[in-house]
Amino acid sequence: MAKAIAKKKSNTIKLKFDTSWSYAPAPESKSAATINKQYNLFINGAWQQPLSKKYFDTINPATEEKLSEVAEAGAADVDKAVKAARNAYEKVWKKMPAKERAKYIFRIARLMQEKARELAIIETLDGGKPIKESRDFDVPTAANHLFYYAGWADKLAYAFPNRKTEPLGVAGQITPWNFPLLMASWKIAPALATGNTVVLKPAETTSLTTLKLAEIIQEADLPPGVVNIITGAGETGAAIVNHADVNKIAFTGSTNVGKIIQRAIAGTGKKATLELGGKAANIIFEDAPIDQAVEGVVNAIFFNQGHVCCAGSRLYVQESIAKEVIRKLRDRMQTLIVGDPMDKNTDIGAINSKEQLQIIQKYIAIGKKEGAEMYESSCRLPTKGFWCRPTIFSNVAQSNRIAQEEIFGPVLSILTFRTDDEVIEKANNSPYGLSAGVWTDKGSKIFNMTKRMRAGVVWANTFNKFDPTSPFGGYKESGYGREGGLHGLLPYLNLIN
Amino acid sequence: MEKTIKKSALSISENGLEKKNSSKRLEVLKTYKIYIGGQFPRTESGRYYMPANAAGTKLANICLSSRKDFRDAVVAARAAVSGWSGRAAFNRSQVLYRMAEMLEGRKAQFIQELVLQDSTKAKAEKEVNLAIDRLIHYAGWCDKFQQLFSAVNPVASSHFNFSVPEPTGVVSIIAPQGDSLLGLVSVIAPVIAGGNTCVVLASETKPLCSVTFAEVLNSSDLPGGVVNILTGKPAELASWFVDHMDVNATIYCENNSDRRKMIREKSATNLKRVIFYDKINWYSDEGQSPYFIMDTQEIKTTWHPVENIAGAGGGY
Repeated sequence: MAKAIAKKKSNTIKLKFDTSWSYAPAPESKSAATINKQYNLFINGAWQQPLSKKYFDTINPATEEKLSEVAEAGAADVDKAVKAARNAYEKVWKKMPAKERAKYIFRIARLMQEKARELAIIETLDGGKPIKESRDFDVPTAANHLFYYAGWADKLAYAFPNRKTEPLGVAGQITPWNFPLLMASWKIAPALATGNTVVLKPAETTSLTTLKLAEIIQEADLPPGVVNIITGAGETGAAIVNHADVNKIAFTGSTNVGKIIQRAIAGTGKKATLELGGKAANIIFEDAPIDQAVEGVVNAIFFNQGHVCCAGSRLYVQESIAKEVIRKLRDRMQTLIVGDPMDKNTDIGAINSKEQLQIIQKYIAIGKKEGAEMYESSCRLPTKGFWCRPTIFSNVAQSNRIAQEEIFGPVLSILTFRTDDEVIEKANNSPYGLSAGVWTDKGSKIFNMTKRMRAGVVWANTFNKFDPTSPFGGYKESGYGREGGLHGLLPYLNLIN
Repeated sequence: MEKTIKKSALSISENGLEKKNSSKRLEVLKTYKIYIGGQFPRTESGRYYMPANAAGTKLANICLSSRKDFRDAVVAARAAVSGWSGRAAFNRSQVLYRMAEMLEGRKAQFIQELVLQDSTKAKAEKEVNLAIDRLIHYAGWCDKFQQLFSAVNPVASSHFNFSVPEPTGVVSIIAPQGDSLLGLVSVIAPVIAGGNTCVVLASETKPLCSVTFAEVLNSSDLPGGVVNILTGKPAELASWFVDHMDVNATIYCENNSDRRKMIREKSATNLKRVIFYDKINWYSDEGQSPYFIMDTQEIKTTWHPVENIAGAGGGY
């Protein structure tokens, strides 16, 4: 027996970076997608030129080439869209039998699936995220979300014990640039299923897939005005928030803007759902499955270039395994393929905009200045476009700004701890509370940690998983209200005795 | 003089002594204090006010609580969160039931205070009965609402996924101003049934029952700091109730549109949850439901991989 063990070969392979690791290019084709030269506003079921007469460019952040130009909705355009939504609510959508409403949403979901490849290509071109992510995550999850909520439309009587429900009216929805199509789906699906009508504004750097969704909505023959898509930047969003005839604001974006919205709707009857920033703690205990944990940490922080509000951006490693985890993390980072988002092998694509790249670079400089130890992958970066190497900081202090503030990029801060109580104290010491993670093979420790961490979504031995049936949303300054699942219905309903 | 001794005369008769003796004996007046961290201090400010009933009778020298009192109360409430939210739901249920028992036992005193504060005997008795029953109602919910509002979510990937309500933390409450007891109990009970702690500002004009209710709490196995009760003026204190960075949610029960606007604006400093209850009839069944508990709950969703669902791998 002892002999047999002695003879057994070790199957641990040492990573050698001096040998060739390059893959042949495997680019997705741009020709499978149609992007118009110019997009107008989708109001009342038709494409309408903006009353503001203004348009702005949208570019590919990986090449800095112009993709298209989209209309900039002014206050008068917003008013037009809200009127269309109000009219559709009163005259059509509110009165329609719920089972018919459901079928419209099912139809939109199906059309989205039929056009999945085109949507994925446009998402990657406009936002810079790797095609494998938009193809395998963003677009299918967006369609699934519509499917899930479509089924709820005629079942609301079962959702809230001892209560009847009524829709709120017109929902003003503002989505972020990190998951444009998915967030549009997260917002539109529950709003329509519960009988509300919608005015939605995508983020200004990533309008194209949402405009493509408007084409799908038109193709699905959704009654005019039920969903209106208008494009623009912060001022357009403010006009939606401040419009007197909007009943509900659903916003995903930064905590700062969320606070501005909460102040702006004070004194009005408007309801709000705010999905804001985060600085998730991801905790690895010494009894964790280390290799899976390292893989999980990579996914937690580098998924979508770190442009994820629930990204695991604060890593807490138990002191006894810190060296090993950091070494394995460095090795794994070195194998990440950074570059052309359209290449199917790419792991990390382009930073979404020049502005965001500057913010990330500012924080990297702050991290160095604060005395943390920086390590970045040695990958080569394309000459054009906006890029950032996967970066980790070790020896980070709890009080460092890179451990407290949201960076929204591929930058990980690593801290260490010794005891359960210490790490809970540190993990919860944040104004945010969107998500958290814990890695350990001990079941009772998992539940001890997941119960005590103050966050709306907690991943144990996994990270960054999403599903239409699973509620998502934050504690504390990460916002309030839930999107997804049964709990995602309530923000769009009044409950009546 | 005749007016001020009215209440003590009543209490004497309650104790079974001959009423005529009361005129021979100097009454012992109760000092109405505030309730912070399980203690009964007077306001640190040393200030007081003298609310009167419709007949002009002065009720008592009531503590005019200050911003500092509120801050002290928040410290006490925050310190009590982990212990109270960490208790078994069943145990919270028992404590709320004990509160009802203690309230029942002091029914006569509450009726007398309510009568002094312009209620009729019959109405006062109804209010106290409803308050007791409301505590019983929420005692029963403590270990049940989680089951109604939780979910096991059928995610498409190889994971076990569930969502449960958890208390939001410290809640500041400006209680209904129109009555002395029932509104107060109706807003406190769902907040603590759900595992939160709170700081409550009582009715400004009818504050007597709030202080006596604090005495009920103090003898009910409710840990100090879970409920903290201040007396004073909403006009002065409301902005501090919603300004504090260590408060997670604010409940406001009046229909004062300026104050509501102020509350929502200031709540943005740390994105407090803001709950308005200005259209609730606390005397009816619409004044109680598990949805009031859910108003100060957060939904937490937990994921864990499952091996081999439909041939899938670990799903890490």
